[in-house]
Parts: sequence; C-alpha cells; structure tokens
Amino acid sequence: MKETVNITINGKAYEVQAGQTLMQAADVCGYHIPRLCYHPDLSIEGACRVCIVEVAGMKNYVASCAYPVTEGMVVTTNSTAIRRARRDIVELLVDNHPQDCHTCERDSNCELQRLAFAMGIRKRHFEGERKTFEQDLSSPSVVRDPEKCILCGRCVRMCEEIQGIHALGYANRGFNTVVMPAYNMPFGESVCSQCGQCINVCPTAAFTEHNDTQALFETLNDPALIKVVHIAPAVRAAIGESFGLEPGQNMEHQTAAALRRLGFDYVFDTQFAADLTIMEEGSEFLERLQGRGKLPMITSCCPGWINALETFHPDFMDHVSSCKSPMSMMSNVIKTHFAEKADIDPARLFVVSVMPCTAKKSEAVRPEHTLHGRRSTDLVITTRELAWMIKSAGIDFIHLEGEPFDKPLGLSSGAAPIFGVTGGVMEAAVRTAYELYTGETLIDIELEAIRGFKGIKEASLNIDGITVNVAVAHGLGNGARLLDILRKAPDRYHFVEIMACPGGCVGGGGQPYPTVNSIPLDEGCLQQRADALYGMDRGNTIRRSHDNPEVQRLYKECLGRPLGEKSHELLHTRYAQKSPQGIVSRKLTQ
Amino acid sequence: MQQGMRHLSTLLDEQLERHGLKDRVKINVSGCLGMCHKGPIMVVNPGYTLYGGLEEPDVAQIVREHLIQGRPIARLVIEEDHLFNRFFRIFGDVNFFGKQMRIALRNCGIIDPENIDDYLALRGYEALAKALTDMTPQQVIDELKTSGLRGRGGAGFPTGLKWQITADQVSGEKYVICNADEGDPGAFMDRSAIEGDPHTVLEGMMIGGYAVGAAQGIVYIRAEYPLAIERLERAMAQARDHGLLGDHILGTDFCFELEIRLGAGAFVCGEETALIQSIEGARGMPRPRPPYPSVSGLFGKPTLINNVETWANIPVVIVDGGQWFSSIGTEKSQGTKVFALAGKVVNTGLIEVPMGTTLREIIYDIGGGIPHGKAFKAVQTGGPSGGCLPADYLDTPVDYESLAQAGSIMGSGGMIVIDEDSCMVDIAKFFLEFTQSESCGKCTPCREGTKRMFEILTRISDGRGQAGDIEKLERLGDMIKKSSLCGLGQSAPNPVLSTIKNFREEYEEHIRDHTCRAKVCPSLIAYAINDACVGCGACKRGCPVNVISGRTKQKHTIDQTQCVRCGLCLATCKYDAIDKV
Repeated sequence: MKETVNITINGKAYEVQAGQTLMQAADVCGYHIPRLCYHPDLSIEGACRVCIVEVAGMKNYVASCAYPVTEGMVVTTNSTAIRRARRDIVELLVDNHPQDCHTCERDSNCELQRLAFAMGIRKRHFEGERKTFEQDLSSPSVVRDPEKCILCGRCVRMCEEIQGIHALGYANRGFNTVVMPAYNMPFGESVCSQCGQCINVCPTAAFTEHNDTQALFETLNDPALIKVVHIAPAVRAAIGESFGLEPGQNMEHQTAAALRRLGFDYVFDTQFAADLTIMEEGSEFLERLQGRGKLPMITSCCPGWINALETFHPDFMDHVSSCKSPMSMMSNVIKTHFAEKADIDPARLFVVSVMPCTAKKSEAVRPEHTLHGRRSTDLVITTRELAWMIKSAGIDFIHLEGEPFDKPLGLSSGAAPIFGVTGGVMEAAVRTAYELYTGETLIDIELEAIRGFKGIKEASLNIDGITVNVAVAHGLGNGARLLDILRKAPDRYHFVEIMACPGGCVGGGGQPYPTVNSIPLDEGCLQQRADALYGMDRGNTIRRSHDNPEVQRLYKECLGRPLGEKSHELLHTRYAQKSPQGIVSRKLTQ
Repeated sequence: MQQGMRHLSTLLDEQLERHGLKDRVKINVSGCLGMCHKGPIMVVNPGYTLYGGLEEPDVAQIVREHLIQGRPIARLVIEEDHLFNRFFRIFGDVNFFGKQMRIALRNCGIIDPENIDDYLALRGYEALAKALTDMTPQQVIDELKTSGLRGRGGAGFPTGLKWQITADQVSGEKYVICNADEGDPGAFMDRSAIEGDPHTVLEGMMIGGYAVGAAQGIVYIRAEYPLAIERLERAMAQARDHGLLGDHILGTDFCFELEIRLGAGAFVCGEETALIQSIEGARGMPRPRPPYPSVSGLFGKPTLINNVETWANIPVVIVDGGQWFSSIGTEKSQGTKVFALAGKVVNTGLIEVPMGTTLREIIYDIGGGIPHGKAFKAVQTGGPSGGCLPADYLDTPVDYESLAQAGSIMGSGGMIVIDEDSCMVDIAKFFLEFTQSESCGKCTPCREGTKRMFEILTRISDGRGQAGDIEKLERLGDMIKKSSLCGLGQSAPNPVLSTIKNFREEYEEHIRDHTCRAKVCPSLIAYAINDACVGCGACKRGCPVNVISGRTKQKHTIDQTQCVRCGLCLATCKYDAIDKV
C-alpha cells in the first residue's frame, strides 16, 4: 500500500499519510474542521455531523472524522453550502437545548457554546419543542441532566470502551432519544463506578459533579466549627489550568494560601497520608509476600476502582489491600491524633478534602469510612469546585503569595506526589517495601517501566533474591483486562496497581475542564500534569515514604507500628460484593 | 395432451371415474405447447405442473399421488428452458399479469411453500447444484456481474461487485446475511416472497456463501412475520433433511449453516450497519461507512448482506445465465422489480415487472387505473422516504436512474397511488411523521432536523404556516439529505421536497389562503349543512360535541365556533346535505 496520498484541501495540494481520516489529514494540513462527537481516544461515532465537508464527486457531504483519505480526493471545508449546513446542524442542537447559559455550571466552558459562536449563529430559524427531563441526583458523585444532553455519545463510549462499565446507553428513538442507565434506574443505584469520566468528556453540563460548593461556603462561615482541609497530589498539578495557566504548574502553595483565604483554619496535605499509606500497604505486601495473605496484592487507593471491584470483580476481593485510601487515612488522623495534639474536640472538626476525583464523594459517604459513627471526611470537593470557589470568593489566585501547608500533617516525601499519576503508588510502595525487606537502600528509585500512559505496564524487580513482578493498569477497562490476565495466570504478578481514570488521578473525573484550544483528557495535558508531580518528587530531598519524619513521629506517638492495632482501627477496612444493576447490554462476541 | 394422448386421455377418464373425481377434475385437451420432443405432455393445474414423456402406468400414479394426495411426481416433471416463461403461459391472458414478469416471485402462488418437493420439482436447488459442481466461486460471481443484477433493497449497488469485494477479503470467517427486516409501512414484498417461496431465498444465500467463502448465513427477519418465520424454519429443516444444508452439501466440500434472527421492530434496523449491530446484540444504530460490511461487517468480519428480493433472483441468474437475465429490463437496470402497489388504484397487490416499465403501465394497465372516476394526482415510490411524482412523470420508466432523476427513489418497492382527494401537505406530513419517529436518534440532522420539518408541516396544515416556511423546509430538507449518517436520514425529506417541487401551490394555499384544496386538513375546512337537509336529526344525534342544532324536519345548522371537524356528520347524513367547505 502506498504510504502517502495526494489530496486537495480548499484548492491547495497536499501529500498526506495514507490510511488517515480526512479530519486527521486536515488537522495536519492546518485546517481544524469543527467537531463535536469525535474524540481521539474513543471509537468513531460519526453522529453529530458537525465535521462534514464537501468531497468532489460525492452526492452527499462527508463526515470527515469517519472518512478515509484517498488518492486525488478534492475536499472543501468551508464553502458557503457547507458552512450553512454545518451552521444549521449546530443550530438544531442549540434549539433543543435549555436556553439557560447564564445559570449553567458550564457557562463559558461549554463546547456547544463555543461551537455555536464559531458557527456564527446569530439568528434562530428552527425553534420548536424542546426536550424536558428531570435531573438525576441519586448519585453522591455524578449528576445526570439529560435535558442538557446533545447526544454526542462521548459519555456512552467512554463508559463502555475505556472504562468497560456499560452504565450508560441510548433509549427511545428520534427526538425522544436519551442517554440513560439501563431501565432508567437511578444513576446512583446503577453499576456506575462514579469515576466521573462521563463528566470529563461531556461537551455540555449533561454530566457534572454533585456540586457541594454552596454547602461548603455556608460551613466556612460557621464560627462554631474548626475547618480543616487537605488536598490530593493531582489537584495542585491541574488547578492552575482553571485560571488560564498552562497545564503542569505546581500550584500547591498558592492553593494553600487560597484555602486559608476561603476560611479554613488548618490546611494540610493529603500527601502526608500517601506516605502513611505506603507504610501500611508496603508492610501488608511484605506480609503477603511471606505467605500471610493472598497474592497478588492489589492497591485500594482509588474509590472508582473499589466500586468496580465490588460490582464486577468480587473474586478479587481478598486480593485488595485492606488499606483505606490516603484521603480516609488523612481524615482519620486529623480527627484523632491531630485533634488530641491540638486539644480540639473532634466533634467541632469539619474535615474537607479537595480531590481530582468524583468517586471520592461516594467514598466519603460509605459506612466503611466513618469514625465513631461520624464521617471521616465530612465533605469532598473536586479540583473544579475549588477553582470555582476561589473565583467566586474573588481571590486573585494567580498573584497570591504562596504559603506552606500547616504542620505537622503538611510534610510529605517525594514518593507522595506521584500517587497522582498511574504507576505512582506502585513506585512509591516499591521504594519502601524494598528497604523494609532488605534493610538496604534502593538506589535506582525511578521505575521507568511503570511510568507513562500505556494501558497495562509491568516490571520485575529483585528484592533480596526474590523476583517480584508488578503490574499497573489505569482506566477501568484496562483494569478489567489486567484482572482477566490474572484469572488465567494467577501467579503472574505479586503486586498490582489499578486506578480508575485514564492516566491515574491526573486524569480524574474532578479535574479542570479543557481550555479553549484543548480537548478532554488530552494526552499532552495529562503528561504535563504528570511531569509536574514527578518534578515534585525529584525536587524533594526526602524521596521515600518511610523517611518522612512526621510519619515516623506519628508511629512513635500514636500508631505504634504499621499494621498494628491502632493502625487497623484507623487505617484499614474491608469491602463487600455488590450485585451489578443497570448494565446497558454489551455486544455479543462471536 | 399431445402425441398418444387419445389413449392416455381415455385412461385418465377411467381413473377419475374410479376415484369419483369426474365432476371435480376437468380434462382439457390442449393444443401443441411446442415441446414435441417431450411429449406426451400433461399440465396439471392449479400449480402448472408440467409432466412429459408419459406412459400408461404414469396416469394412475398422477391421479393417485398428485390429484388426490397433492404430491407432484418429480420424476415426470419437465424442466423448462426459461423459468420466467411459465408464468406467461398460465396467466398471459389475464390483464393483471399481462405486463408482469416474475423472476423473484416465480414460484409464489404456484408451489406449496411448505413442501420442498414442490420447489425441487420446479428446478429448485438446481442452481445450487450447478454452482457447487460445475462452477468455481469466481465463475458464480462473474455470472452475477454479467447479469447486471443490482441490490433490490433500494440503493441499487451492483450485486456482483458486492460479492466480488466480499470474496476478495482474506478472512477465516465470513458471513452471509439476508435482510428481511421489511419496515416500510404497507410493504409486503419480502414477506410474500418468503411466505410463498422460502427455499429460493435459502438457495440464493447458499450460493452466496459458496461464492464469497462463507459458511454461516443469518436471516434477519422482523418478528412481526410469524408465518414467514415458520415457513423459513420448515424450509431449513427440509433442506437439511435433503442434504441441502449443513455439512458437505450435495456431497461437496461446501458446508453452510443458517440461523434466523428476529428483529424487534425498529425501522432503522433495515439499514445494513444497524442490522448488523442488532445481530451483535447492541442497539440498532447505523455506523459510518466505509468500512462497508463487505470488508468489515458482522463481528468485524467480511459480510455479504443482500435483501430478500435480491437473494430470490440469484438461483435464476445461475440456472438461466447472466446473459439471459441482462436481456430483461433496461441498459442500466436489469431484470425485474417487485412492487407493492397500493393506494387509490383499482388492482392493489404485489406485482413484478421488468425494469423500464413505465409508471403509467403499472398504474393503468396492471393497476387498472384510479377507482371511482377520480383524477390521478401523484404516485409515491420507494416507501416512506420516496418522492411524490405528478402526472407529468407518468411515462417515467421504473429503473434506478430514471426514478432518481425524477426526484424519487426505487426504494425497496413501495408504490402508493394518490388521487385528487389527497392533500399533498398532509401526505408529506404523514410520511415524515413516520420517518422522524423512527429515526434512531444518533445523528443530529435526522434526529433534530426531521422533527423541525414535521413541526413546520404541522403548523402549515393547521393553518398557522408563515411566509418563509416553505423555504425553511427546503433548507432543512436539503441539509438533512446531504448530511445524515444513513439512508434513513438521507431520504427522509424526499416526500416533503418532492411535494414542494411538484405541488408548491398547494403549500402556498395552505399558508397564504388558509385553504386545503383537497379538503383534508381539519383546521382548514368546515362542515356546513345545505338545503338538502330534511331535518332528520341523525347528524345531531351523532355529533360528539353537540354543536348541531335544529328542529325536526327543519334545516339544521352547525356551530362553527365549537365544531371539532371530526366529519362524523358528513358520514352520517343520508341526504347529501352536508358539505365540506
């Protein structure tokens, strides 16, 4: 087959790579054809028809996302006819969409809005009946608002193809078509893992996180409460984007300053608990490696993964680490050890976490994550919600003088920030487990083999003569594939990390929406966020969790030893099987 | 009965007498059929079983097995030179059939569809045998290419080329699919073909499987066709019993399995990619092409998908040859086409005509013209998304290109005749209501656009039309045709665009004058009582909203402000005293 083909776009000749779609070729040649349902990580839907172009000799317009380039093809992307058709298509979408931009959560960050603007829709020709649906507020994490859905299908494909959950599908026909869980069951009761990737890829506000910002503002103004906040690693690497900064700027100190200005009394770092997690999880792994417990051990930090585990993979229940997530560990330490040290009645403490994640909202309301009958984490907000709160409170985030986290729960090692990127937990755990087991210091601490965005990554390392095989998966679909490998070859790995979101927490369901010239989950953007986290690791003089002096002090003053009695009370839990409900039919295979 | 027939005739007469059949069977001593070399010949009707080379003992057997038990004797049947001739010989003098030519439907109404012997008697599975034993797969495809046969599902893609592309794919697995998801309202071509002659479809599919290298066939048929499904299942079982389906068919290396899948009633599942999705267990929604199913179809494997009528043509092409087939029809559209003739025409029904037959011949010669002396207004071809052609187009030959040029489509063969009593806005609205509600909802133009067109049509027929509405319909219609993902959207605006093109003044009257000349659109008409009223009170009693008043034996009146224009009074009145105005 020929490697290149000659095509003409808008009267100019180009030689482009064969086998591409017209849209890909046009992108290379510098023509950005407007698009909506297309996403490079998802299958080609060809549904929205926004990307239509004219191809000489063809009776109909051609959806450039789906049509391959062929030799001699003559393409027009911007003729009067095609502009008009494209404009009318977008108007049809707008006509069947609530006219409430100024009260919409995605106002000024909405792909439909941008598209309508780019098409130059100034007058409406085809207004008529509009769809009406109730919001589905049943999930603690994700709000479904079918009224705002323009049926691009990106959420359906994300949930099916990348996440493998199949919580969403189409129902009804024609104008009444709607995206919903099977049998229109409440989203919160369906198989949804709450990962929030539907929010990430949604061009409008048909999916948003369960917004807790108003409640939080009210709490922050309650003088009776002591307000404590801690922020997850991936938040600091992404929040700048909400303020127009390039992805990958570490904004932890500005974020700490902003949180104090919002009214928090103590600003801690979830990364402290990441180090604590490694102490517990690393020790648990060594226990299992020595025959006390099942191998492989699978990580438990990610609540989206835990939700999927309980629903789809109960056969791996005993393989999952009993460690709570860093968020829940952190909140428990705050409500016990910190409260005691600071002489605060735990009942007066209101602990908020800022997460790149929507599933954390569901983790926070789980009975497993309570302490003496009260929630460990009182409220979870996403990166997006925090950015909005900062803007809403009129805080000049960009120009804020950075401030450090509060002591003692603000200190972390370089192993902690990399929790926010796929492979990071594994890398951090290996650094500590190696040393705990061998008593020697691991020299080559950067595990390149499990970095990067390959779906399933594996590595082998020698721990005192034992070959330990580890595997890492990100995205629930890859996670399920990795488990399938394990079902066939149960002894293949000793330690497995699974994160629900593509790229790990940097691609979390609560991260900032893409900016004007970007797309959701753009790999370059995820890489920049990840680079920021790796940079924090490299810039830290302490790079192993067990070297964190505050963690050491916590064990000395409170916990005793990893996996000890106190640890089990505060830092470990168990999960239970859930019956899968509301799965949209999967395709048969041969 | 010919040579030696006098003696045989006497024998037959005796046999009939013995079995008490003399008053139920008529012996008709015919003239020469032109088959002297096969004589003596006997034709048993109904069924047109042609027996030849008869000898004395055969007569008793024919009476015993054929006339009494209804089982024709395959051993004695003569094969004809051309299958299609058969129909002419039997029905040539009947007007309805005079202009028809039956290839796809050649056995329908003639054979017992539940009996494989009937099919075998009429050269059934001969094409399969010929293909498997005398022809290479490529020769089968070449024969098809020579025939010029094009897809009868509507788009008219050259069948031979489609087979060739599928055959050329290198793949361990391939599939053959029969699209029997006939969803056009009022269409029953596929249903009749399968109910009347299920084996033809199976035979066609097996030949297709042989030609492209597929061992698995699937008939996707709508669940609303229980009789067709039952007959297909019976035919499959019989074919299997005869070694015509399964492993090593007719002792060759060719193995083929068939499976029936039922459609759940979505119109869009007639679109091939949606149909494939549906078989795969997903919601039936079309996907962009390319890749075409020939390259990547069911389960991502090369898949040959044709509709029922196309499959039914295959055995004839193989037995009688592509050369002969291509002699029928027009230069670019060979063979025949089946139509479901319906609407305001005297003879409604299923017809099969050579391509190139004009609409006039179909409507007036075969259809017998418009009933009740009404004037012809339009004919709509191609199902719910076809165009409406006025009288000026009556001499259009039915073939793919001519119909497209006239602004309609061949479609799968719907043909609805419309007379002067129909309102063209109402007709367009009727069809669009169907297509817009059957849109799968995937692509924007079809989902949103047809809905808006329907809203505009509704307001025009309600008398709320606005200046510019016609132009909006044209603008939307053109965009939807050119931008939609699949054939449903690409053709859905046809009824609207063609009625605007050919009957624009009717639209204008609705909008500008608020009148409906055919007096159909309820909002634009009124019912009034004229002087013929005898005051019987029947309309008053029947009025569901009680708005007719008047004393007995005096002229009644209708309160126009309250009337809901249901038309019951008009239907009730025996004195022609109510007018639509």
